[in-house]
Amino acid sequence: MNVTVKYFAVCHEMLDRSEEEMDLPEGATVKTILKRLEEEWPEIAEFYEVMQMSVNWEYATENTELTEGDEVALIPPVTGGSDV
Amino acid sequence: MFKITTEVITGAEVREAVEGPDAGAVVLFFGTVRNNTDGRAVRCLEYEAYPPMAEKKMAEIAQEISEKWGLDRVAMIHRVGKLEIGEVSVAVAVASPHRKDGFEACKYAMDRLKQIVPIWKREIWADGAAEWVKPDAVFFDAPKPHKTGSQTD
Repeated sequence: MNVTVKYFAVCHEMLDRSEEEMDLPEGATVKTILKRLEEEWPEIAEFYEVMQMSVNWEYATENTELTEGDEVALIPPVTGGSDV
Repeated sequence: MFKITTEVITGAEVREAVEGPDAGAVVLFFGTVRNNTDGRAVRCLEYEAYPPMAEKKMAEIAQEISEKWGLDRVAMIHRVGKLEIGEVSVAVAVASPHRKDGFEACKYAMDRLKQIVPIWKREIWADGAAEWVKPDAVFFDAPKPHKTGSQTD
């Protein structure tokens, strides 16, 4: 199945791309994507602790199952608004 | 109104979105770009968002406010792109029959926005250096990946 994976802010910068299509096996979860990213960039695992994932605009866990056409995103710690 | 925009925020857009004859108060909050962070001079800020998810999460915050205070007219708008010192990055408006609930709900909206709405801020320092703002000090001293894929943007 194909899913779209989006990278924002520091993830975008570190991976040098803002999104990509991934062809994943049936039964894949968010963790499948994280494992694949680790192959390209092992140090990313250090940041999983502070990073969140979303599937179809909703926060997800690494066990969230994926289906064809899902939109997945790596969400670095959010820092919107102002410091007041 | 729950919106990510590249346009200048005046405040009129959120105020007009919440006003009505039963409101005794409209509480407006503006977040603005400050010229320093912990004393270090800031030249400007850049904001990036995940717009569809950000707008969905803003709507969820409004739903939480409806459940906690019974206030149904909340509007939030956040600007993205490069913002100069003094410009408005975010505006929140809450209409309420009485001011106390409005103030509380507006503060709540901003607190939650900073927790769950996917928006990121990058500081461009006066000396030209730039870095993503980090709630976690460790996070952003990240090494570059070993190789990079094809660019899609």
